[in-house]
Amino acid sequence: MNIVTTLALIVSSTFVYSAPLILTALGGVYSENSGIVNIGLEGIMTMGAFSSIVFNLTFASTFGKATPWIGALVGGICGLTFSLLHAVATINFHANHVISGTVLNLMAPPLGVFLIKAIYDKGQTENITQNFGYFTIPGLANIPIIGPIFFKNTSAPAWCAILISILLWWVLYKTRFGLRLRSCGENPQAADTMGIHVYAMRYAGVLISGFMGGLGGAVFAEAISGNFSVSTIVGQGFMALAAVIFGKWNPLGAMWASLFFGFAQSLSIIGNQLPLISKIPSVYMQIAPYVITVVVLVLFFGKSVAPAADGVNYIKSK
Amino acid sequence: MIKVSPKIKRILVPIISIIAGFLVGAIIMLIWNYNPIQAYSSMFASALGNMNGIGETIREASPLIFTAIGFAIASKAGFFNIGLPGQAQAGWLTSIWIVLAYPNMPKIILLPLAIIVGTIAGALVAGVAGYLRAQFGTNEVITTIMLNYIVLYTCQYLMQQVMSPNLRIDTDTTKNISSNGSLKINWLTNMFGGSRINAGIFLALVAIIIYWFLMKKTTMGFEIKSVGANPFASRYAGMSSKKNIILSMLLSGSFAGLGGVVQGLGTYQNYFTQTTSLDIGWDGLSVALLGGSTTIGILLAAILFSILKIGGLGMQTIAGIPYEIVSIVIAAIIFFVAISYVIGLLFKTKDKKNNYQQPQRKERGPNNGIDGSNIEVGKKGQI
Repeated sequence: MNIVTTLALIVSSTFVYSAPLILTALGGVYSENSGIVNIGLEGIMTMGAFSSIVFNLTFASTFGKATPWIGALVGGICGLTFSLLHAVATINFHANHVISGTVLNLMAPPLGVFLIKAIYDKGQTENITQNFGYFTIPGLANIPIIGPIFFKNTSAPAWCAILISILLWWVLYKTRFGLRLRSCGENPQAADTMGIHVYAMRYAGVLISGFMGGLGGAVFAEAISGNFSVSTIVGQGFMALAAVIFGKWNPLGAMWASLFFGFAQSLSIIGNQLPLISKIPSVYMQIAPYVITVVVLVLFFGKSVAPAADGVNYIKSK
Repeated sequence: MIKVSPKIKRILVPIISIIAGFLVGAIIMLIWNYNPIQAYSSMFASALGNMNGIGETIREASPLIFTAIGFAIASKAGFFNIGLPGQAQAGWLTSIWIVLAYPNMPKIILLPLAIIVGTIAGALVAGVAGYLRAQFGTNEVITTIMLNYIVLYTCQYLMQQVMSPNLRIDTDTTKNISSNGSLKINWLTNMFGGSRINAGIFLALVAIIIYWFLMKKTTMGFEIKSVGANPFASRYAGMSSKKNIILSMLLSGSFAGLGGVVQGLGTYQNYFTQTTSLDIGWDGLSVALLGGSTTIGILLAAILFSILKIGGLGMQTIAGIPYEIVSIVIAAIIFFVAISYVIGLLFKTKDKKNNYQQPQRKERGPNNGIDGSNIEVGKKGQI
């Protein structure tokens, strides 16, 4: 195996595994910047995966090649709907964010499997016929060396996710909406005084995270697992949460962190095809994202990184 | 608006949450053309209708009591220990490993040894989070979540690569443990129609008493509670918040580890590779939340959830309704517990004396983080 094909293998599998993490982590960034801790990302991803697979199985013949993309949007909308629970509980009903998020995580897998059993009468779905597969970007793929590594037989959702993260970075830091959203996470009292509707902004943050989480779950299901069962989403949501922290609550940071975690994840899977890596027990690659997150948290202590009012309920005085 | 005394309100809120949770389950079943009355009646009938069902329900409740106590101790100290699954798993694997490694040791030594080692394993896992919290102010919600996965994959690795092949049937399952290390009691099993009930329930009851005694009657418990209620006042009173943070997490992890030990030495008699976080961890968290971290609350909530979980199996066979409805109902109950503020609005507390203007505490919560933790520790906070 020459160096270019080896790199191409690593990069493409990194992209495949990163795409869902990037999308979900971006959602986490928005939710936490609006001041709502969202550890329910895992559950939201599960709902996204569930709905996209059901959509894909039902409409594959109607939409053909476009099915996974429309399925991803369906997953996003389903995730958004599901995240409403978290939004209502934390914003209006003063619930503890961690408990409410845990409820999402507890609720989603059984709900998904229950519905699968109710619809298909079995515990897991068939494999989908239309998946994301690999995609070659015309033009860019012809660039020598870089082309084959980054643009040939690559993951289209990953490139979309990277573009979306640039877009969401711009929205969060360069637009009026983004400033307002962040101010609600930093100091809701002050934001309210300035006439910003804190509840509306926080709803926006949570619902965006619901949509992105659903999208992430859908991409995972339609690009990697190929079907839905109780073990489709195991830990990806928490890994995305880790990426939010590793990325310092910044969309671009979260993207890089997700790419790195995707790399670690893909090494644990394709590692045995690579010389050198195959000698390292895969457990190190598997636990790397989690260990790194803890280490990063320890190292960053003292630096003001998280939004100041993240996880603090804002109760508007009458 | 119904007028009740605060004490009754404390009891009514969880009861209303339970009813509301069951209603959510019923609505979901109705939407998909299942009969909820048949579902719930077959559920209770199969969990409580015969000795085997009762035995299995009690068996299911024992580890939940342990993990719930684990969660409760941490929450009394103001922490959210989401790492129960990982801690329980560490306890499960290590206790089984010890028993498998020394199958011929006399029971009187082997069983306590396995239990103690499992407890220590759970405590160590939680202790990492406690230490990081105390020393660096690292938010325990994130560290315990991450530790869940670190433990999950490490256990997979230990099981498949490190454990001697003589102790396993295949790479994913260990051999069954010898009776010298088992919590199984034959007369108990026979009494409950051959169910997997074991001595774990007695240990669990002892644990509940220990938990009550610890929290109500000892200085240690008092300190843990006061650090949780107001770290600054506790500091002023001369309590070390660092010490109490680590201590409460160690205790919390010990009980969670014991939950895993009971699951291993009692229920399964072996260890098999886990692919997701252990459910007794999440269920224990639910039990503690529903039970409001009180002794009697934990006991009752553990029994209720066990009835649901064991009865759910019967419901699936008798009424043909997917088992998952049980987990949906449990999650819904916890959702209603989480929004208890809204349920509380239904009631007006009767007691006039409690209506005085209480000083408003600025509400703070876990923030993933780094700086604005509600307990400032380490060099900056000097606590």
